[in-house]
Amino acid sequence: MTVSLTLSGITAHYGTTKVLEDLSLHVAEGELVSLLGASGCGKTTTLRLVAGFLRPTAGSIHLGDRDLTRLPAHARDIGLVFQNYALFPHLSIRDNVAFGLKQRGIGSTARARQADEMLERVGLNALADRTPDALSGGQKQRVALARALVIDPPLLMFDEPLSNLDAKLRVEMRVEIRRLQRDNGRTALYVTHDQEEAFSISDRVAIMNAGRILQLDVPEVLYSKPANAFVANFVGFENIISLRAVGEADDCLTAEMAGGAILKLPKERYEQPGQDFLFATRPDGLLVARSGDGIPAKLGLRTYLGRAYQYRCETAAGEIIANGPLSDPLEPGTDAFLIPQHDQCAVLPVEA
Amino acid sequence: MHTRPHPVLIGFACLVFFFLLAPLVIIIGASVSDTSFLTFPPQGLTLHWYENIFEVSAFKRTMVTSFILAVTGTSLSLIVGIPAAYALNRYRVQLPSFLSTVFVLPILVPEIVLGFSLMKTVTTAMGFPIFVSLVIGHALLVLPYCVRVVSAALSSFDFSIEEAAVSLGCPRWKAFFIIVLPNVRAGVIAAFILALITSINDVSISLFLTGPGISTLPIQLLAHMEQFFDPTIASVSVLLMLVTVGVMAVVELTLGLTFLTK
Repeated sequence: MTVSLTLSGITAHYGTTKVLEDLSLHVAEGELVSLLGASGCGKTTTLRLVAGFLRPTAGSIHLGDRDLTRLPAHARDIGLVFQNYALFPHLSIRDNVAFGLKQRGIGSTARARQADEMLERVGLNALADRTPDALSGGQKQRVALARALVIDPPLLMFDEPLSNLDAKLRVEMRVEIRRLQRDNGRTALYVTHDQEEAFSISDRVAIMNAGRILQLDVPEVLYSKPANAFVANFVGFENIISLRAVGEADDCLTAEMAGGAILKLPKERYEQPGQDFLFATRPDGLLVARSGDGIPAKLGLRTYLGRAYQYRCETAAGEIIANGPLSDPLEPGTDAFLIPQHDQCAVLPVEA
Repeated sequence: MHTRPHPVLIGFACLVFFFLLAPLVIIIGASVSDTSFLTFPPQGLTLHWYENIFEVSAFKRTMVTSFILAVTGTSLSLIVGIPAAYALNRYRVQLPSFLSTVFVLPILVPEIVLGFSLMKTVTTAMGFPIFVSLVIGHALLVLPYCVRVVSAALSSFDFSIEEAAVSLGCPRWKAFFIIVLPNVRAGVIAAFILALITSINDVSISLFLTGPGISTLPIQLLAHMEQFFDPTIASVSVLLMLVTVGVMAVVELTLGLTFLTK
């Protein structure tokens, strides 16, 4: 059974503090959507609202055509995976996995068989009789995953499920989570603060800040075409420069930055959002060169990145971070030019 | 590297042990004395005074009363204390911080004041029968221990486990019994035993609440002492001590005493 999840106009408060404001979100059938943001942005609150541990002060939550808004948490039928695994310490691994089946009144032999089958799918059938404290972090999270999947929930939710694991295991587990979610075409909501994790695992990602979704799109679009300065900064556009359009030449838009430097922006790549706008670049989006058609800069501190050198550059528009080739290391104090690499740049509207 | 402690420190430690243990030695000695009055060092050797406890009907009766009172009072206290401890931990952020202090008030208020005010309210004003008053008084007396010890167990309990159970289809009231309680069982047992001992040994509260026909063992001991002053007093004291030590030993062996001091 695959269904969609719809949140409409959700507002939520902790006491008198507003933590979510008019949040709407649609997760299509079989889709995995991540909520991505720093701590306190409202992503976990959103998940807890859907789970039923919190009540919204306004708005509604629908799973398929079922209205969850006023339904108690235990009746929502959602598979939930927690950051700290949340296994039952006093039950065996098998009984942990079978717990949800027991609540659904399934007989003991049937639920032991189903639990064992699910444990086999996550490769832990040999540990069925152990208790959780005998397991490693990765194994615990597999058990938690099996426990959430075995009740065959129409919606799966993950609350930072990989945060307590080491880096190598994180990559392994996220592939496994994606595989298990895809296998059954399950609708899923995934909460994380890790951009790489969110982008690698999701069909679409919602970037959140201060209780709102700032942009919701496929990772490729978020990565190359952020909609606003916050998202741009979040996905690594470390330089955000104010520009003013001054004219057009050779299929390029010409724009002036503070201090008078002129940038040429190919019209085929950029849609000009207004007279004044922002130009966002990653450090890779500005190539440090001894000469060329770019922003004049005086080089500052140089650091070695392995694939390139990174420079802190002083320009008339303030400090800019740019990368230069390994073949040509430049000394601090050198006068250089920062040449835009347009596949690593974006234009944004000025925010009110 | 071991350095030898200073001789003054050793002397000091010996004195502390002496004053802690000497009264016990004297009581044990006096309880086996073959005289009809309390004396130390004992003259002769007899277990007659231990037999005597079970021959004097007042001791037998009050022993039973003390035991039933301790079990009822402690159970009542746990019925109130466990949910209180749960709420104090589960909603620690939302609840005002003075609430946890309210539950230790019976420890902070001098017992004699607590006893007197209980007599005034429960017995005099509300007119409850003596045994009911005693149960209420003892439940109140041991409530701080119940709340504190169960709280200590709950403070390391991860409430997301309870949420996991709820998300898997288990109603919250049921999750409390099948998920929360089994994981703080040791704390509940420890609280029960500690409260039981406190109740059995209590004098001040019982002094105000006992009345005609109903008394507890420690109160009977006081009454007996006023009348007879024979070594039965010592033997009952030793018996009370043995019960306490025995129970503590069981706690230590099964759960560890650190549970009580946390």
